[in-house]
Amino acid sequence: MVSISMTVNGKAVSGEVEPRTLLSDFLRVDLGLTGTHVGCDTSQCGACVVHVNGRSVKSCTVLAVQARDDEVTTIEGLAAADGTLHPMQAAFREHHGLQCGFCTPGMVMSATDLLQTNPDPTEAEVRDWLEGNICRCTGYHNIVKAILSCAAELRGHKVAAE
Amino acid sequence: MYNFQYHKPDSLDAAVTAIAGAEDGKIVAGGMTLLPTMKQRLAAPTDLVDLSAIPDLKGIGLDGDTLVIGAMTTHAEVAHSDIVKGHTPALAGLAEGIGDPQVRNRGTIGGSIANNDPTADYPAAVLGLNATVRTTKREIAADDFFEGLFTTALEEDELIVSVAFPKPAKAAYVKFPNPASRYAMVGVLVALTDDHVRVAITGAGQDGVFRASEMEAALSADFSPQSIEEMALPAESLNADIHGSAEYRSHLVTVMAKRAVAAATG
Ligand SMILES: Cc1cc2nc3c(=O)[nH]c(=O)nc-3n(C[C@H](O)[C@H](O)[C@H](O)COP(=O)(O)OP(=O)(O)OC[C@H]3O[C@@H](n4cnc5c(N)ncnc54)[C@H](O)[C@@H]3O)c2cc1C
Ligand code: FES
Ligand code: FES
Repeated sequence: MVSISMTVNGKAVSGEVEPRTLLSDFLRVDLGLTGTHVGCDTSQCGACVVHVNGRSVKSCTVLAVQARDDEVTTIEGLAAADGTLHPMQAAFREHHGLQCGFCTPGMVMSATDLLQTNPDPTEAEVRDWLEGNICRCTGYHNIVKAILSCAAELRGHKVAAE
Repeated sequence: MYNFQYHKPDSLDAAVTAIAGAEDGKIVAGGMTLLPTMKQRLAAPTDLVDLSAIPDLKGIGLDGDTLVIGAMTTHAEVAHSDIVKGHTPALAGLAEGIGDPQVRNRGTIGGSIANNDPTADYPAAVLGLNATVRTTKREIAADDFFEGLFTTALEEDELIVSVAFPKPAKAAYVKFPNPASRYAMVGVLVALTDDHVRVAITGAGQDGVFRASEMEAALSADFSPQSIEEMALPAESLNADIHGSAEYRSHLVTVMAKRAVAAATG
């Protein structure tokens, strides 16, 4: 076992893990943060996407020890402390961007990473970005709508704030 | 996944020592190939040596006209680098086309070429652009580096430090991605340097990436899509699998090569 510590959703956490423990398992089992889902064992579905040091990664394909001392954000870390949804979460609700909800945490974490580097994506860019996030329910249409709407809203806020 | 000892050395020397001292040690770079393989228990190293804390392996720079990319540089970093875009835009485009954003945020150039998957993108760039692989022991020309399916000239305790790309006059990479995985069904890198053309093909070869010498000769004489119009690689030498027959890949090679030449000249 090895000792690790990292920051998860702004809080310092630590634990004892086997080197083979996946970050997704550390989050779900050791920390009880079950919002991060695991949908495949081939690194393809994206249900497990979290941010590590600000960039989206597949937490099922990162060892917990590799994230030692890193900053991790999961779906639980997006909403405000008072429960107000993050604009991306609100947009998914508004535009019915989910059905069973299994892919949703990964979709939302992936989409928020897209808007960090590309605040004004085209529909094609959104669809291309979702290459690593598989949804078996929605046909993606409303997911794409939600992301485009959130992007527009965030740009609007920015303009209004300036 | 079977258990293993984890090492995170902070220097190249320490990494080489850790690998040499392990019973069955493996390097982990981005982990995007190795960890899925270990999850399937297709690999079960006794020790993992993580290269992510070694500063010498990171970064993108110019050495005169040569573009030098550290082994631990991620696909996303290459895709978004102004230095790469200024030197060889085709290389930035190739990196942007690998897998998906999360794979690009972790996967590295060193890991990709060390792995030498027959459908991976980077081997086509390294071979087609006539790059040199710089290791902890020596410099290896691209023509000598890729030895066959998942096989390279690297020795057990030899690490890739960086890859050095000379500047081409013109270059383009075009791939037909597998619709599910985004790996190359066929990917063709065409590069023109002085009066010589190199054509490297990934995804199609039974022994992994290779150069198409007939196409190179035709394009060196006349760098236009028409000059390879009638040229088809013999299907017997190409891959066939559930994704496509050898005949289909043979056809794709010509189409992708023509598109790459058009993109390079356009
Ligand atoms: C869903 C998915 C889609 C993908 N799609 C594509 C695609 O479209 N095109 C494509 O080309 N690839 C694709 N890949 C593979 C991806 O590009 C990997 O990142 C890459 O093949 C391996 O790089 P890595 O840094 O993750 O290496 P690792 O997985 O960490 O290592 C791979 C191998 O290289 C060795 N190694 C790593 N670094 C070094 C070094 N510096 N010196 C010596 N040996 C080293 C390791 O020991 C290991 O054997 C995909 C992967 C996934 C999971
Ligand atoms: S659970 Fe991580 S990609 Fe499917
Ligand atoms: S909403 Fe069910 S998998 Fe996407």
